[in-house]
Amino acid sequence: MQEVLQYIFSGITSGAIYAVIAVGFSMLYNSTELINFAHGEFVMLGALSFVTLSGPFQLPLLPAFILSVAGVAVIGMLFERLAIRTVRTPNPIVLIIITVGASIFLKGVGMLIWGKDAHTMPPFSGHPPLDIAGAKLLAQSLWIVAILFITVAGLHLFYKKTLTGKAMEACAISQKAAWLTGIPSKFMVLLAFGLSTGMGAVAGVIISPITMSSYDMGTMLGLKGFCAAMLGGLGSLWGSVIGGLLLGILEALGVGLVSSGLKDATAFLLLLFILYVRPSGIIGSVEVERF
Amino acid sequence: MRPLTKCKLNWMPVFIAAVCLVFSSAAFCGAAEKNYKIGGIFSVTGPASFLGDPEKKSMEMAVEQINNNGGIDGHMIEAVIYDTEGDPSKAVMSVSKLINRDRVLAIIGPSRTPTSLAVIPRVQQSEIPFISCAAGNKIVEPVKPWVFKTAQSDILAVASIYQHIKNQGMKALGIITVENAFGESGKEQLLDQAPEFGLQVVRSETFGGKDSDMTAQLTKIRKEGPDAIICWGTNPGPAVVAKNIDQLGIDIPLYQSHGVASPKFIELAGKAAEDILLPTGKILVADLLPESDPQKRVLTDYIKGYENRYDTSVSGFGGYAYDAVNLLAKALEGTGGDRGQIRKNLENIKGHVGVSGVFNFTPADHNGLDPDAFVMVRIKNGTWTLVK
Repeated sequence: MQEVLQYIFSGITSGAIYAVIAVGFSMLYNSTELINFAHGEFVMLGALSFVTLSGPFQLPLLPAFILSVAGVAVIGMLFERLAIRTVRTPNPIVLIIITVGASIFLKGVGMLIWGKDAHTMPPFSGHPPLDIAGAKLLAQSLWIVAILFITVAGLHLFYKKTLTGKAMEACAISQKAAWLTGIPSKFMVLLAFGLSTGMGAVAGVIISPITMSSYDMGTMLGLKGFCAAMLGGLGSLWGSVIGGLLLGILEALGVGLVSSGLKDATAFLLLLFILYVRPSGIIGSVEVERF
Repeated sequence: MRPLTKCKLNWMPVFIAAVCLVFSSAAFCGAAEKNYKIGGIFSVTGPASFLGDPEKKSMEMAVEQINNNGGIDGHMIEAVIYDTEGDPSKAVMSVSKLINRDRVLAIIGPSRTPTSLAVIPRVQQSEIPFISCAAGNKIVEPVKPWVFKTAQSDILAVASIYQHIKNQGMKALGIITVENAFGESGKEQLLDQAPEFGLQVVRSETFGGKDSDMTAQLTKIRKEGPDAIICWGTNPGPAVVAKNIDQLGIDIPLYQSHGVASPKFIELAGKAAEDILLPTGKILVADLLPESDPQKRVLTDYIKGYENRYDTSVSGFGGYAYDAVNLLAKALEGTGGDRGQIRKNLENIKGHVGVSGVFNFTPADHNGLDPDAFVMVRIKNGTWTLVK
């Protein structure tokens, strides 16, 4: 029993990270119907810039957090402005290939700036791990779960309560109709990119104390986040949260109860299964189209 | 002309005979020239550049030292070095270039086990002395006539760890290894050698090189109640394992492999690195060694030379190439550049004190090191201390 609880705790920790990444995927898909395969690289940029700001630059945690998230969001918006909006024939395949290219480019930039070594930093707070029925829960895990729910609740309020948020939703439903009612749809897409990559950076920041950050960490995290988003239903905020947590817990249980070789296989088997049984995800309602 | 005794009768004997002819005449021409040409292939760039870069520098340094001392029998050594980028197919291409275009007498490198294994058929076929700088035991096991290596095998690392564990009177072990060639080879050795030392592996787990959390695997290991945990991997995974063990409050000794024997590991694992035990080549702890250690002088000379020349701190890996060049120089003496003779001399080198250990090659052992090449160290207050 104690072991199972420990598996669940470690599953929740990694699941919450997948969830934050999945939310980033979902938000962008919501407003642009685009899957950004460079999303994992924005997680990497967030993690490494946070490590740099709070390490060598000696900034306190909160300003370092805000600066790295804002900085990555700006890079995300530049990416939209320079690489996505300038495409003459913006059909999905072209855009996806562009994001794949951007991913390789950003990875290279990350390697040049931060080198090939891994970087680490201490947890947000120095509390010892909590002991719950013999299983250890890290203070950093609580931080991660708390930040997940705060950001998702914030985004939920933003979409439902503010005019800008509603305008974004309108754009998601029909860009043309939104444009006709006077919503600056291009700006909304830019904003969606900023928010989505900013979420990626948040994931990077909260993961940096529990693991090692390096220039090539983004790809796998991006794929896991993508699985989580598909699992929960692409385009749904809470669906992404559920998908992420579910994926994390199943992975940890797969490792614990079956075999450690199954860790990554769990994610992708689950993805195949979901795509087969319920292509719109657990709480997705979006119609799925194949391109 | 050299007799073609090594040519086996296979599908293209004529071709091979022709190749051998070309090469033996090349060797003959080489002897007539002033310089002895030797080839180097290292992963100077790419993911394994932390190995290849110091190896290339060390090779250049060793060659320069030999030439400054008058070369070998009056011949200067000339090094031709190519970058494999850690890629097996590039390594094979570089070897072909070294053999066909540069007509070298011997080849040193590559840095990684997969690249070394990829080029072995080529060097065996071309009958050219080859000294690998990679750790994998498969390179010299089974023994191939033309293939030698200077890096310590993981067999020896496992033996050092097991000896230490046995001395502590511990019996049951949990092992956690990374899912790549290094981890697989380590796991194989750990499982193979355990019975010899009267130890039992009660649980064997693996982790992905980029995993962010290993608590699930460690929880599983803890359930079996082992006396010690051995982790086998290269950075950053083992640092995560160390952190997770600390967080889970698992209070048994943790052993790491020589794969993390660098200050980077202590930096990554932070305070979780305290009290971790690991085997390492002596270069990491050269200044802690007693004066009586046979390698002390060689090590301090090498470190001083490297740091003066390149103005960076010495790495634990460059010594493989340094040893390879010096062994080759010893073997070249009096051969006039005959490759068969070089190979034979290499095989008979005894008691060569190098950076990675004392080499005693025999026809059955082309690595030539014993477990004394490793020392066990414990991490204390963020630095290494020798343990007995």
